[in-house]
Amino acid sequence: MCKPNADEHSHSHHHGNGHPHTHDAEGQTTRVRVERDVLDKNDRLAEYNRGWLAGRSVLALNLVSSPGAGKTTLLERTVRDLAAEFPVSVIEGDQETDRDAQRIRAAGCRAIQINTGVACHLDASMVARALSELAPVSGSVVFVENVGNLVCPALFDLGERAKVVVCSVPEGDDKPLKYPHMFRAGEIVLLNKMDLLAHVPFNLDRFLDGVRAVNSELRVIPISALHGDGLADWYDWIRDQVARPQRAAI
Amino acid sequence: MHELGITQEVVAIAEEHAKGQRIARVVLEIGKLSGVFPDAVRFCFELCAEGTAVEGAKLEIVETPGRARCRACNNEVPLEKPFGECSCGCTDLEWLAGDELRVRELEII
Repeated sequence: MCKPNADEHSHSHHHGNGHPHTHDAEGQTTRVRVERDVLDKNDRLAEYNRGWLAGRSVLALNLVSSPGAGKTTLLERTVRDLAAEFPVSVIEGDQETDRDAQRIRAAGCRAIQINTGVACHLDASMVARALSELAPVSGSVVFVENVGNLVCPALFDLGERAKVVVCSVPEGDDKPLKYPHMFRAGEIVLLNKMDLLAHVPFNLDRFLDGVRAVNSELRVIPISALHGDGLADWYDWIRDQVARPQRAAI
Repeated sequence: MHELGITQEVVAIAEEHAKGQRIARVVLEIGKLSGVFPDAVRFCFELCAEGTAVEGAKLEIVETPGRARCRACNNEVPLEKPFGECSCGCTDLEWLAGDELRVRELEII
């Protein structure tokens, strides 16, 4: 261990490790400055995915929410409604089972299931493998349904164009303030299960105030994935994204 | 519990720099606004380090306070959580510090 009062010295000779470093007085330990972002590897892989997608003119959207907010129901309906406009495929992330991929395939869409096991989020390497297997055609849209979790997926860039936060009325109107990282990371919020608004204690103004406090630029579209209300606005938003040129990899 | 994956990455970065030697100490910076819970990283560290060059190393966590600049009046605002309000009432804040998550320094034996 480095002694707190050790007489350290800087020097310029090389040990082959290529880092600025200092030794303690007895030369027993070497302090190396690293300054490396912990998420650096994931971020570099995400940029690789972004370039891969841009090169094929494929739009990828990362759907994030708590479990049970209605992501899969939303996607079942979305892939049916948009199938005539552009090719669509889905990457499903869950800790276990391929139930969601089966539901998406039953809706007539190509889907790949990733089981994350103990991990509570998708990361860029999982998505890189899934994209390579999925081989989405040029001009298509890939929806990535992340693991149901309002915390962890906020930190992991997958190479997507945007994070789409799905939140549902029965979860309560305090979600944006309780899970600010996710609402900060998102570009749009789909507030689902609006058909239940009359049956649960949910104050829409309080929810919107919370969203604004965390991320003043976040757009909220109230929807019912089950009944179709509000979905026209969601589809228009996707069309806008498809029409925008893909950002090239850095 | 993304801290498990994050701690695995910390250990991987340390091992990469160890080049076969042992690590005695890891200095990790975790900003208050990073969304990573230092206690959870401490909890995972020993487990993740087991059987690696990092086994037995001391983990030192530096917690960086959150700071932002108000986009309306240019005032600096301290942030305890990933959102806040300037004294002028504006909530449109540009983060200056607090979202760090990086391995700063290693002590190699």
